Amino acid sequence: MITAGMDLGSKTVKIVILKDGEVIARSKLLSGFEQEVTASDAMTEALKQAGIKAEQLQRIVATGAGRKFAPFAHDRVTDVGSAARGGLERLPSARTVLDVGAEEGRAILVTENGKVKDFAVNEKCAAGSGTFIESMSRALELKLEEFGPLSLESDKPVPMNAQCAVFAESEVVSLLHARTPKQDIVRSVHDAIASRIVAMARRISIEDDVIVIGGMAYNVGFIDSLKNAIGKEIMLPDYPEFVPAEGAAWIAIDKFESAGGA
Amino acid sequence: MAKYPTEPLQSWGKAKELREKYYRNYATAHEKGGIRWTGGAWSFDAIPAGLGDDVYPITGEPYAAAMAFNKPFSLRALEAAEAKGWARDLCAYMRNYWGSMYLDEYAFGGKYPKPDFAFQDHICCSHAKWYQHVAEYKNIPFFCIDVSVGPYNELNEDRLMFVVNQMHESIDFLEKATGRDYNDELLIEAVKNECRSTSAWAATCTLNKAVPAPLDEKSMYSLYVLLTLNKHDKEIADYCEELRDEIQDRVDRGIAAVANERCRVMSDTQPPWGFLKIFRYLESFGAVSIGSLYTFGLEGIWEDKPDGTWGPRTTPMEKGEEITTRDQALRVLADWNLSKPEWQHFYDADLKSKMMLRIVKEWGLDGVMLHMNRGCEGLSCGIAENRLAIAEYGVPVMTFEGNMGDEREFDESKTQDRIDAFMETLELEQIQE
Repeated sequence: MITAGMDLGSKTVKIVILKDGEVIARSKLLSGFEQEVTASDAMTEALKQAGIKAEQLQRIVATGAGRKFAPFAHDRVTDVGSAARGGLERLPSARTVLDVGAEEGRAILVTENGKVKDFAVNEKCAAGSGTFIESMSRALELKLEEFGPLSLESDKPVPMNAQCAVFAESEVVSLLHARTPKQDIVRSVHDAIASRIVAMARRISIEDDVIVIGGMAYNVGFIDSLKNAIGKEIMLPDYPEFVPAEGAAWIAIDKFESAGGA
Repeated sequence: MAKYPTEPLQSWGKAKELREKYYRNYATAHEKGGIRWTGGAWSFDAIPAGLGDDVYPITGEPYAAAMAFNKPFSLRALEAAEAKGWARDLCAYMRNYWGSMYLDEYAFGGKYPKPDFAFQDHICCSHAKWYQHVAEYKNIPFFCIDVSVGPYNELNEDRLMFVVNQMHESIDFLEKATGRDYNDELLIEAVKNECRSTSAWAATCTLNKAVPAPLDEKSMYSLYVLLTLNKHDKEIADYCEELRDEIQDRVDRGIAAVANERCRVMSDTQPPWGFLKIFRYLESFGAVSIGSLYTFGLEGIWEDKPDGTWGPRTTPMEKGEEITTRDQALRVLADWNLSKPEWQHFYDADLKSKMMLRIVKEWGLDGVMLHMNRGCEGLSCGIAENRLAIAEYGVPVMTFEGNMGDEREFDESKTQDRIDAFMETLELEQIQE
């Protein structure tokens, strides 16, 4: 069986194609202003990678903020549902899925049979998302890929406003003027985000095992801060930003089977 | 194919007429030599009724909610309040109302009708200041009753008399402010009407324990509002009893509010008034919101029934108690209002959690939707603790952020997204018509 999951996120569109439960293609493009066009382009790229034609896709499920406008999709599933399913496929023992992407952070409690037990979303605030990191890297004149590793060099983190990305930016400027080493500022930024994500997750409780997905899982500095804040080991999957799309592709299998293969 | 039969409410048109008449009467009161006054939906509105049959109130919260539904007007009003220097995190009802006053525009056409006096109680930190400012801005007399005597389960004679004595003083104030003699017979009648209307509304809400629910919460908002306007009024009390009887008939005949009811939820606090369509969105999943502590207990008055369930409070008239004096009427009025459910939790969030869990159990709910309402600090106070209590009981809870009266703080697509996720957790998909 061949299925596809499309994640139309606020920053990027991701597509995963599964064949008999194995990933055979992953594609990712910046969302841009015309997400439908981007989704089509990303699908073309994924089909090329997989070496198959569009007609061979037996079911397509869309997720993400733009899922309602996804072309080709037979079904739609929320970010919470796809992240939970994808997280559980990657780590069957996972009971807490932390999904930290460009726009939102979310914490999801899942049961052993894959049901979502509870969830919390970091709403109306950039201070718990990847956007915050981008903003801080601009303020510190650092490349995004430098941000995570530099954080690990810090030996004297400074307290920082964990409540508001806008205020934190002006705080960073003040710290720079005070000649605070960049690595300490970067560490503080990561600590602030991690603290916010963990506080959100604790609203619904954090149960073992914990898996972190979403683009922020690539950031080694953030992950280190998160481990400290959470006080637990966390599992990091490969291709963490593709996990919701993969979850959608797994849900496509369920949908296909429950529809009697039609 | 619909699961249950459904039909429109027979008394819907009458509710609409009563509401329109209320706002018209207030605006035109002076043309007939009448009196108009302002205060909150929580005020002891039966007391000014003793000034005569031509005394018309305007209650600020439902007025502001009506404004919030009219988004362009609401935005102008909110900006007018902000231009005066008021912070955006103050009560959204208060800011809408003040904006209407500053703009000198009435939500129902014409200029803002200046009240002759303001009459309020200290139900929350916003309410007393709200009408104090109106009184200062419009240069009108103002009286406020302090009701901070603790929750009803701790009420004793001293605490009751603290409120009753202020009520007596308020009658002296009303006579001086209006130059009219006070009529105790009218007060007694108004108190009886208030007991009838608020008990009948609780009875109507109790009938929503039935499956299918005969009423959905979006419709309930348009009905309970009559009590927030004029709960002491005879026409409103008569209407509430007529509505209760109609809902009983719907239950007897199995008439549903939502034809495909397959999931029952409740909400909490005031909804985002400009976006009530989220309730219709819920219904597309076959989910009916059967009400909330807010719709049940802001105006409904309740009691524990002998079988342990929650039901409408027995009125003094039903108990055969005669009300013949001013003092007796005021004691009944104070005791009746202090037992109001949607108020107890101002003292302790746990009291609210217990009432919410009671609704979850007795109304047979599958989930709860909590509105983290940035527009009302009073009713949102302790909501995070309520969420925990419900989740610990094992019922799925979702939260969404918003504001009852300031659309700038409500994100419709995000809220729909949140509902989608919540429905997924309840294993419900949208029903394809």
